[in-house]
Amino acid sequence: MKSEGEFVNQPDNTAFTQQRLPAWQPMLSAGIVIPLFTLIGLAFIGIGVALFITSQNIKVQELDYTGTATSSPCFQCSGLSIQNCTCERNFSLSELFEGPVFFYYGLSNYYQNYRQYGVSKDDYQLSGDTTYFLKPQSYCSPYQYSNNKPIVPCGSIANSMFNDTFRLYLLVNGSRKQVPFDGKGIAWWTDYNIKYRNPSPVNGSFAAAFDGTTKPVNWQKSAYELDPTDQANNGFLNQDFLVWMRRAALPNFRKLYGRITGGDYSQGLPAGNYTLQISYNYPVLSFGGTKKVVFSNVSWMGGKNQFLGIAYLVIGSLCVVMAIVMLIVYAKYKFPDNDDA
Amino acid sequence: MLVPWRGFWNPRSKAPGQEEERHVKANDRDYNERFTYADNHIKTAKYTFYTFLPINLFEQFQRFANAYFLVLLILQLIPEISSLSWFTTIVPLVLVLTITAVKDATDDYFRHKSDQQVNTRQSQVLIKGKIQKEKWMNVRVGDIIKLENNQFVAADVLLLSSSEPYGLCYIETAELDGETNLKVRQALTVTSDLGADVAKLADFNGEVVCEPPNNKLDKFIGTLYWKDNKYSLDNEKMLLRGCMLRNTEWCFGMVIFAGLQTKLMQNCGRTKFKRTSIDRLMNTLVLWIFGFLICMGIILAIGNTIWEQRVGRNFWAYLLWDELLSSAVFSGFLTFWSYIIILNTVVPISLYVSVEVLRLGHSYFINWDRKMYYSRKDTPAEARTTTLNEELGQVEFIFSDKTGTLTQNIMVFSKCSINGNTYGDVYDEFGHKVDITEKTPCVDFSFNPLMDRKFRFHDSSLVEAIKLEEPLVQEFFRLLALCHTVMPEERSEGQSWPLVYQAQSPDEGALVTAARNFGFVFRARTPETITLYEMGQPVTYQLLAILDFNNVRKRMSVIVRNPKGQLKLYSKGADTIIFDRLEPANEELMYTTSEHLNEFAGEGLRTLALAYKDLDEDMFDEWMKKLLFASAALENREERLGALYEEVEQGLMLLGATAIEDKLQEGVPETISCLTLANIKIWVLTGDKLETAMNIGYSCNMLRDDMNEVFIISSHTMLEVQQELKERFSSSQDVGKTDMYASDSVFEETIIAECALIINGHSLAHALEADLEQILLDVACLCKTVICCRVTPLQKAQVVELVKRHKRAVTLAIGDGANDVSMIKTAHIGVGISGQEGMQAVLASDYSFAQFRYLQRLLLVHGRWSYHRMCNFLCYFFYKNFAFTLVHFWFGFLCGFSAQTVYDQWFITLFNIVYTSLPVLAMGVFDQDVNEQYSLRYPNLYRPGQLNLLFNKRKFFTCTLQGVCTSFILFFIPYGAFLCAVRDDGSHISDQQSFAVTIATSLVIVVSVQIGLDTNYWTAVNHFFIWGSLAVYFAILFAMNSDGIFRIFPSQFPFVGTARNALNQKSVWLVILLTTVVCIMPVVAMRFLKTDLHPTQTDKVRLLQQATRRQGPQEQNLRRVRRTSSRRSAYAFAHQQGYGELITSGKNMKVHTSSTSAVPSSSPGRTHSINCNTLRSHTTCSSFQHYNLGHCMF
Repeated sequence: MKSEGEFVNQPDNTAFTQQRLPAWQPMLSAGIVIPLFTLIGLAFIGIGVALFITSQNIKVQELDYTGTATSSPCFQCSGLSIQNCTCERNFSLSELFEGPVFFYYGLSNYYQNYRQYGVSKDDYQLSGDTTYFLKPQSYCSPYQYSNNKPIVPCGSIANSMFNDTFRLYLLVNGSRKQVPFDGKGIAWWTDYNIKYRNPSPVNGSFAAAFDGTTKPVNWQKSAYELDPTDQANNGFLNQDFLVWMRRAALPNFRKLYGRITGGDYSQGLPAGNYTLQISYNYPVLSFGGTKKVVFSNVSWMGGKNQFLGIAYLVIGSLCVVMAIVMLIVYAKYKFPDNDDA
Repeated sequence: MLVPWRGFWNPRSKAPGQEEERHVKANDRDYNERFTYADNHIKTAKYTFYTFLPINLFEQFQRFANAYFLVLLILQLIPEISSLSWFTTIVPLVLVLTITAVKDATDDYFRHKSDQQVNTRQSQVLIKGKIQKEKWMNVRVGDIIKLENNQFVAADVLLLSSSEPYGLCYIETAELDGETNLKVRQALTVTSDLGADVAKLADFNGEVVCEPPNNKLDKFIGTLYWKDNKYSLDNEKMLLRGCMLRNTEWCFGMVIFAGLQTKLMQNCGRTKFKRTSIDRLMNTLVLWIFGFLICMGIILAIGNTIWEQRVGRNFWAYLLWDELLSSAVFSGFLTFWSYIIILNTVVPISLYVSVEVLRLGHSYFINWDRKMYYSRKDTPAEARTTTLNEELGQVEFIFSDKTGTLTQNIMVFSKCSINGNTYGDVYDEFGHKVDITEKTPCVDFSFNPLMDRKFRFHDSSLVEAIKLEEPLVQEFFRLLALCHTVMPEERSEGQSWPLVYQAQSPDEGALVTAARNFGFVFRARTPETITLYEMGQPVTYQLLAILDFNNVRKRMSVIVRNPKGQLKLYSKGADTIIFDRLEPANEELMYTTSEHLNEFAGEGLRTLALAYKDLDEDMFDEWMKKLLFASAALENREERLGALYEEVEQGLMLLGATAIEDKLQEGVPETISCLTLANIKIWVLTGDKLETAMNIGYSCNMLRDDMNEVFIISSHTMLEVQQELKERFSSSQDVGKTDMYASDSVFEETIIAECALIINGHSLAHALEADLEQILLDVACLCKTVICCRVTPLQKAQVVELVKRHKRAVTLAIGDGANDVSMIKTAHIGVGISGQEGMQAVLASDYSFAQFRYLQRLLLVHGRWSYHRMCNFLCYFFYKNFAFTLVHFWFGFLCGFSAQTVYDQWFITLFNIVYTSLPVLAMGVFDQDVNEQYSLRYPNLYRPGQLNLLFNKRKFFTCTLQGVCTSFILFFIPYGAFLCAVRDDGSHISDQQSFAVTIATSLVIVVSVQIGLDTNYWTAVNHFFIWGSLAVYFAILFAMNSDGIFRIFPSQFPFVGTARNALNQKSVWLVILLTTVVCIMPVVAMRFLKTDLHPTQTDKVRLLQQATRRQGPQEQNLRRVRRTSSRRSAYAFAHQQGYGELITSGKNMKVHTSSTSAVPSSSPGRTHSINCNTLRSHTTCSSFQHYNLGHCMF
């Protein structure tokens, strides 16, 4: 025999090089597939039922206030040229609207997901970088400069910020009692604390940081004076601004306006008649959009969502049906195991 | 003296492409440099250090995909349409280009090395009157070079003089045509007189005018003009590059063709970049996808135009964007480009590079396979090309060389029949025949001091017969010792085998060696005598005549006078020929012998019949006179001699028959039968003779006696060939028809089982012409076995090309010699047998290994796996990219066709190269649907590859359709759920970014589950990659959405916090779960039902494999089928005409001035044998020693 040294070119005898790695070789056998389908089917039906019931229990009150119909109380405000118009919508609750109740505004046919719209902002500005205050990025165009002054916050998204305001009154014995909206903490924590930053105050004055800039064209107030009641709720950290800046994925969307949690309403909205006073500023009719407000409460699965529950039920049932079909097919056409191939 | 006008007025000779005549003047470089003849430098490498980057990049961008991505990158830099950042394209593109460039660079490096090795071989060139050492590449046309024994010839040279008498010189042309017997070349007498006189050679200023470079190995026409004389030159005076000088101490030659213009290189065919059919399909599909992409772009652009007019216009008015946005049509145009950019991922950029990585992995598995490692030569298998692996799983035609590939080219005296008794079989104590193996005890020849120790014989009864001095047995071996053209060479004392035979055919060597061991030692010959040592006693026979072999006679005879003065004629030849010339009294013996011959032939042995005759003195004298007269005749000399030979070779007495085994490589018949079961057709293309080729056909089980018909086509004219082919075609169809009526089996199958076609080179040349090639192919494809013999290297390539062109089948060529190079290069896959003398075939090949039998493993295991893996890989890859990309398409309808991406840009960048690349690569590298034992045991598992079932256009549609459906589900389920979704704390979640994260997460999970379903063989690596990819996805997702990275690059990572806010919602997970189940369950159900209702062969074997896994692998029981049938073999000798004359004229015998013992110790022959002993294994050595002709002792 030859000595070891002569086999210099012999490949290594390892499981890897010889393709003998130990391996799990699953096969889609009847013993796995049919129980799997049954199990998934049953689980899905269970989840579907839970989702459906939960969703059914969630209360939603929607009020459209676009004012397209002449009979609508907001019709008077829907004209383009009308400024500072206010209209009211009345509604009644026959039973307690269980809390916590969330108040949303909703827009339809509004393309916040349009690409050119979506990029029309300056992330550096919004993260408080004052060098970009005077020189906004070109994405913001056509809302980059106004009268040769840089716009802060620049861009279409900021410029088109929703600016209707709402007041809710409960009619108690013929008199109106305002139901307070809590507008704090309606934006994501990360948006408020990390993504958006206000510029550092200049000489102790927050407004001075915005010197040399101008407000977005459509805004009535500058960014630093959005909320006169709360100094912290101004600039880029204004909650409504943050909510607006988180662009919706779909052309019909709703955004949180406030929570109804305060004082007497911690349990929810009691039954009774309500009036919603709308200061109607935001024009949507020109592009065929609608505006609405939504009162809703939530569950463990979030807001009301029939789709998920029904989808789960359908898919679950289909899985069970499929399992039965496969069982029949398997029993009938099972190919012989010992068929020598 | 010279013809001075040449070279001046003929301008065409200067144009290298149109060279019509070549003028070469010896020792005159200045003259020869006027023509642009190629020098002897050979270059196969593509790049140099400096040109690598530009050329390589240029080549890479010629690839459609790369160019496409370059264009895409440029598009992305245009701000108006850039819907995606440029980094989403440049990161993968640079990665792809780098990987490919590194691979190309490594390949080229090795080519450089091999070029350099050849180019820097040393040769001795006569420069300025001195012999100087020069590298091969510096040899020029017109130079006179000196060659020494056992050196390769550096270029095509004209032989001027040699060390041997008469300017003879011996060469081995194995590298050129695969024939291993020695060939003689003879210099012109005028030039051979130059001898080794350097001064004379340096003064030699002859001019050669000859044909331009061409690839005809057996033809050369030229004229030498020297000293006002004309000498015509032919191929017998040429030494071609690639030949090896043998048994010639030295010779001088003048270089006529060099480098790429040599006949060898001209025969090599051009190196074509080989691509697999999957490659081509992939390119087509990429084009289709590209078309599909443009369609989608157009649909979305139209959508955009309509949307702009109906909705967008008002929205822009509302946003006061009027001045920014132009007409709806222009917007649609821009949208088109934007969508081309974001939908570009349907054309998977990482596809090509992933495919290359897979193939590289598969190649390494081939290199690492210990079952394809040949320990005797320490040669592992090697995948020299890494781009063809999956095609190994689709081979339908194998073209095999014979010598050195199927056979070992070793002849072994294995059996004989003497006077009606057979010898050579071994029986056990019960009288059963025992299979002869390595362990069977050998006969002890120690009684004979002159024996050859390597000779093995197993039947001791023959030795006993010899020892009993049975006269016929003695006569038998005496005949073998006398009737041949072998030259003996006695070595000085101290050598282990003092006596060495140099035979021009290995068969003769085997016979003479057998006689030697049985006590009839052929020791010496002169032109007139032959000296034997018969049982130790020196006996000298007078050699009166050699009746030489030729192809018509198929026999050779010698007439000798023994010491007792008796005249004897000994004859050996093809059995049918000998039997026709026997004395009638021999009839009974003839029948017995005939039976034995059938038996031998049935075992695939080469047989010869032996006979002798006592001659009458008077009659012989008369005959001899006639012979002398005839041999002096000028006209019809051959015919007259033939008639005279015929006259004397009558009334022979039969002695017996010999059976020589042309040793097959190990496992050849088993491999062939296994490959045949896998429905692979094997064609043998050999330069050897018809009989030899047929013989091997029988011993490899390719030809069988139960075949309906064996068609032999060996006509010489076009018309005859045409007629023969047509006859064959109709008759083979008749065979098919009758069978079809007989049984309802598939038409073609039955025919294939029945016929064989054997065609020789002359006929093939005609049959390959345009008119006949179709019918040739038809006939050949109806036959189960096709053997082409006497074919030139180029014809081999033409045959391969023919099948390639007309059958749309994958072809594989396997061979070992330089004569197989063109075939290896032409076939889709070329396999070289490594570990042999020459490396040409291996260097030209795509795969190389040491033994033919490894082909089975290469195809049935590695090839099948590669194909299976590659197909699964491609299906998954297209599926994945469609599922990933088309989500954008659906989203287009809801975002105003604005080319808004659904996903984060980082996700788009990383999806293909990080999140989903490794699991599918692991699947593509490790997957095994059926393990190797079962792959080999059920060769019909190979069928799907040949039928192209696992990946074709249909499959492509299925998997892209699956991708489209998946993308639909991936988009619309979250869409439904997000229509009015809020978080459980009431704040919103239906924003763009949460939507993106939800869909992206669903997508990654769905494709991971899908790859899990596609993986049949979950090794630890697969587990690691699949789970790892999911983990990496979440890790990167959270990292990119983290506070820290946002603080560093605020504008690059706008998704900060999204993952946290979205993925802590139960509803989001419910959406992901639902999406996953809806995407996956139909696939599971479909697959289950498919395997249940229509199980494929693979499914069945997998099930079987799973069922028997616990029992452990069973032994394969593919055994060699013993053929019980019989067949008469012809005179299957690698014999050449003309050696008899060389011997009787004494031309090839050196006149030594000294006595026998004084053979110079430095003789080349001896040097050779020493090298031989030390460098090679014994078996090969002996076969080479036979060629050591030329040194003969008296």
